[in-house]
Amino acid sequence: MNRMQEMLGRFIATMIATLREVFDEAAYARFLDRAGTTPSRESYAAFRREFEELKMRRPRCC
Amino acid sequence: MNKTLAILVWGMIAVLGAMALSTIAFHRGEPINALWLVVAAACCYSLGFRFYSKFIAVKILALNGLRATPAERLENGRDFLVTNKWVVFGHHFAAIAGPGPLVGPVLAAQFGYLPGTMWVLAGAVFAGCVQDFVILLFSVRRDGMSLTEMAREETGRLGGFVAYVAVIAILTILLGVVALIVVNALKSSPWGTFTIAMTIPIAILMGVYLRRIRPGKVLEISAIGFVLVLAAIWGGQFVSQNPSLARFFTFTAPTLAILIMVYGFAASALPVWLLLAPRDYLSTFVKLGTISLLAVGIVLFHPALHMPALTRFADGTGPVFAGKIFPFAFITIACGAISGFHALISSGTTPKMIARETETRVVGYGAMMAESAVAMMAIIAACVMNPGVYFAINSPAGVVGQAPVAATAAISNWGFPVSSSEMQSLAHAVGEQTLFNRTGGAPAFAVGMAHIFSHSLGGERLMALWYHFAIMFEALFILTILDAGTRVARFMIQDALGHVYKPLGRTSWYPSILATSALIVAAWGYFLWQGVKDPLGGINSLWPLFGISNQLLATVALCVATTIIIKTHRGKYAVVTMVPLAWLVAVTFTASWQKMFDPNPRLGFLAQARVLAAGPATSTTSRLIFNNRLDALVTGALVVLVTLILVESIRQWMGILSGAKEARVKESPFVKTRFAGEQG
Repeated sequence: MNRMQEMLGRFIATMIATLREVFDEAAYARFLDRAGTTPSRESYAAFRREFEELKMRRPRCC
Repeated sequence: MNKTLAILVWGMIAVLGAMALSTIAFHRGEPINALWLVVAAACCYSLGFRFYSKFIAVKILALNGLRATPAERLENGRDFLVTNKWVVFGHHFAAIAGPGPLVGPVLAAQFGYLPGTMWVLAGAVFAGCVQDFVILLFSVRRDGMSLTEMAREETGRLGGFVAYVAVIAILTILLGVVALIVVNALKSSPWGTFTIAMTIPIAILMGVYLRRIRPGKVLEISAIGFVLVLAAIWGGQFVSQNPSLARFFTFTAPTLAILIMVYGFAASALPVWLLLAPRDYLSTFVKLGTISLLAVGIVLFHPALHMPALTRFADGTGPVFAGKIFPFAFITIACGAISGFHALISSGTTPKMIARETETRVVGYGAMMAESAVAMMAIIAACVMNPGVYFAINSPAGVVGQAPVAATAAISNWGFPVSSSEMQSLAHAVGEQTLFNRTGGAPAFAVGMAHIFSHSLGGERLMALWYHFAIMFEALFILTILDAGTRVARFMIQDALGHVYKPLGRTSWYPSILATSALIVAAWGYFLWQGVKDPLGGINSLWPLFGISNQLLATVALCVATTIIIKTHRGKYAVVTMVPLAWLVAVTFTASWQKMFDPNPRLGFLAQARVLAAGPATSTTSRLIFNNRLDALVTGALVVLVTLILVESIRQWMGILSGAKEARVKESPFVKTRFAGEQG
């Protein structure tokens, strides 16, 4: 039972991590880490400025 | 698992898979249950991953878990980043999953469910997954180099140039075709158009929330946005029922085409982050949710497939698009089995996130299996319908006639009985005025999906809501690809123009932004306009053109992969990429030849131009003749370019294998990983 719970917990954690990566929340957290700042309107605006160029060049598949 | 047990389990999976495939292949008469397709797919994917991908990983690629990846060596917290393999898998899948594997198999269902199913399974296991896997690994070993850079490095300057031109061409044609699919799905549909229009204020609200209220909480606001979109779908029925409101959201195909071109230009040229980025998130949220929901719906409902295994249209006379099973089933399915475009993703963001070389197997090979599974779901969605209904939705007016009675008579004469009252009641059930001549695959997929959902989740009374949910899902998805694709193509053109005149390469210089945006929108807009004005519905000429360009890009990717495999002295195993390469060359070159020179005017571009020139001249005749000649020219140019890279690659292979040429592999030097002691 414990092993099942552990596996389920790991699965859910991975799903959440994947969603956070796909939806760029993880990228924002890394940006905050790098910049040594906390979440705020200003830091999010700065993140978007930096991130936009990177993301806009990514091809999207057919 | 001990060895005996493993042999027993894998043996049982192989037997079960063989049984399911035989049932699919040889069952005739009564409708077959969709679960046979699900079981066959699950067994083929399991066996392919366990044995074939392992063989490639060990014998050909010699994956080395001790070798540090660029994510580790060049980690910068931005694009180079060590990431959990399942997270990379999800990220990679979200990037490769597009409308192609949904639309292509729906269109190819005109041949019956068998050709599509077999190619989606075999093509993915032996070609698509292999391409994605090897290109990902080769990119990882070259610091995340792109396909065009690898082509230049490994097959010479010509290879790089051809890859670059192929990417621009496929993007242009892709954007034109997907825009046409949206136009065909939304024309004369106030409910669908209202729902899509409502995503604009919803996205702006999401943007304001992200910037002002809860900065960075993307998942949270995407979930809220999703609920608002559901409310918009529900509200759409009242708009469509109210004539004074409905007229604001009822557009003809040409008007919608113009609106989409204006949207594409604005998305590329203006700093509209507030709209585009939140809508991108919303689209991803809906996409991942809908695909999961559809998988659940198919398993719960396990519908019967009413489409026969093979239809009479295997002979090339199909109403959806002209051409025989070979090569057109393969060209049409494209992304569900192998997509050249995936090579761009496998050599783009993904290689920069891989923590260990050994993980490229699950990400590259595995994510393409998931994409192929999406294509299987699309086949099921298309084939659950009564075939007569499928052909009534997908046949253009130029083939079956404009009037419902004439269309149903023509389709019934082909052996697929359908009545105009049946079509009328179906249109009523999904909240549309008509479902005749809704070419493009999206409306047919939406009807199939609504059928599956309404039988498993919510009952028949929700059919209209499910239909418009599916239309919204496809249109939102495609519009996101339109704006992202236009921007990517704009950057590529700016990069190239920057070599001619430096300021043109500056992505912040407005004259350059406006000029290159206008150029790329004009290019795909031309194909869109051509499709809208085409009496045969546009899809007949444009989808094969897209399929050909996509598969030619895969040919380029497999040329690069084979060259690298031969250079690493594993020539005897190069057959793993050479066989799919040879197949793609046979398919694409045959399809291209037929699209250019076939004497049947429904198939050959030049034959159609000749028929138009010989017929009575109308105000559009000269334009239609020009369009057909242009399509032939584009097809020919693509084939010539790919022939060049193929010849150049073969010359290299011969030189290396005969010892006349030195095999110099341009990999990054080996550095031992810091994760050496960890499991993985």
